[in-house]
Amino acid sequence: MAEQSKIKEVLVKPIIDNNPIALQILGICSALAVTSQMSVALVMSIALTAVTAFSNLFVSLIRNHIPNSVRIIVQMTIIASLVIVVDQILKAYAYEISKQLSVFVGLIITNCIVMGRAEAYAMKNPPVASFLDGIGNGLGYSAMLMTVAVIRELFGSGSLFGHGVLPLATEGGWYVPNGLLLLPPSAFFIIGGIIWALRSVKTEQVEAAEYRLAPNTVGGTA
Amino acid sequence: MEHYLALLVRSVFIENMALAFFLGMCTFIAISKKMSAAIGLGIAVTVVIAITVPVNNLILRYLLAEGALSWTGIDALQSVDLSFLGLLSYIGVIAAIVQIMEMVLDRYVPALYNTLGVFLPLITVNCAILGASLFMVERSYSFAESAVYGLGAGLGWALAIVALAGVRDKLKYSDMPEGLRGLGGAFMIVGLISLGFMSFGGIDI
Repeated sequence: MAEQSKIKEVLVKPIIDNNPIALQILGICSALAVTSQMSVALVMSIALTAVTAFSNLFVSLIRNHIPNSVRIIVQMTIIASLVIVVDQILKAYAYEISKQLSVFVGLIITNCIVMGRAEAYAMKNPPVASFLDGIGNGLGYSAMLMTVAVIRELFGSGSLFGHGVLPLATEGGWYVPNGLLLLPPSAFFIIGGIIWALRSVKTEQVEAAEYRLAPNTVGGTA
Repeated sequence: MEHYLALLVRSVFIENMALAFFLGMCTFIAISKKMSAAIGLGIAVTVVIAITVPVNNLILRYLLAEGALSWTGIDALQSVDLSFLGLLSYIGVIAAIVQIMEMVLDRYVPALYNTLGVFLPLITVNCAILGASLFMVERSYSFAESAVYGLGAGLGWALAIVALAGVRDKLKYSDMPEGLRGLGGAFMIVGLISLGFMSFGGIDI
């Protein structure tokens, strides 16, 4: 029973409580770049979840044989090999989407979530738990990515997964799409907003202020 | 000449690594709290990108691309295509160059090493560096073009992080809503800076 609740915790915790993007500031690069369309974001999420899970598994399997001084290079090699596999699979079976993702598939290698989990979790824990931790963190990343993608695609081009949901004004409907949401800056605003929302609910995540404002002394009393 | 100048301007302003392609965001947000650290990291990234992009260009052209091994003169190697090994080699080259730079700086320029030292290991996993190399491959730049592009990409990234650090430095003293303090606010500001950089979009030299 205790086993089961631990598995659940490893799997579920990173999705909201300890979200890799919102709290650990990991892997933001791709989160912003591939979210203007949902289908692209979905493929990216699956790719990243798979890479994180398997790199955690493999790093954890050989964790007792890796000399401490070269561990970064060993982790890097494992991750890079996995990403090459994912890249080749995408090129073979989803060529269009692989074109749209362009360099961002390759950039999974330097995605801090993968590296960070291998270093922080897989080096110290047994293979099965590490694998689940990889999936959990991958799902946390995916949740964030899909949220941003839904907002950007729904309000930016009035569709979900490429199917029209809001009838566009240009095609005789009523919805005038917000072009800003398709541009890069909007992704920053949306992520900032999500972090704000998360922290309003979970106030223990709020960062402490470095300076406190002095109370207003001019014309306060009279 | 004009072609290279245009490429430089485009890579610094229009296709800014951090603001238009979101590369190197993790360090970008994490290290931009202090001006001095931001400048140090900006210089380190510029130097590393300016070296790694042309080097990776040579690796691609003389080792990995289809038919690249023909300079060896061995028949069996004429049609070998190793480009699927690209990712692994680029990241290896980057890690190696960062390591070499660390040792060279430590030996000959200790003052600079002490300033940049802490940032150098961070740079290996900075996606801006690998990203620049991958863009170089995707757009099939020549050797000279990739040297200019590397320099421009680095400068653009440095410019962006210094700008953000300047804003965040001032923002410490202001009264932000609690949830926006720190990370959330930083995102909003990067969004605004990025919006500003979009106005370079139409420039064409």
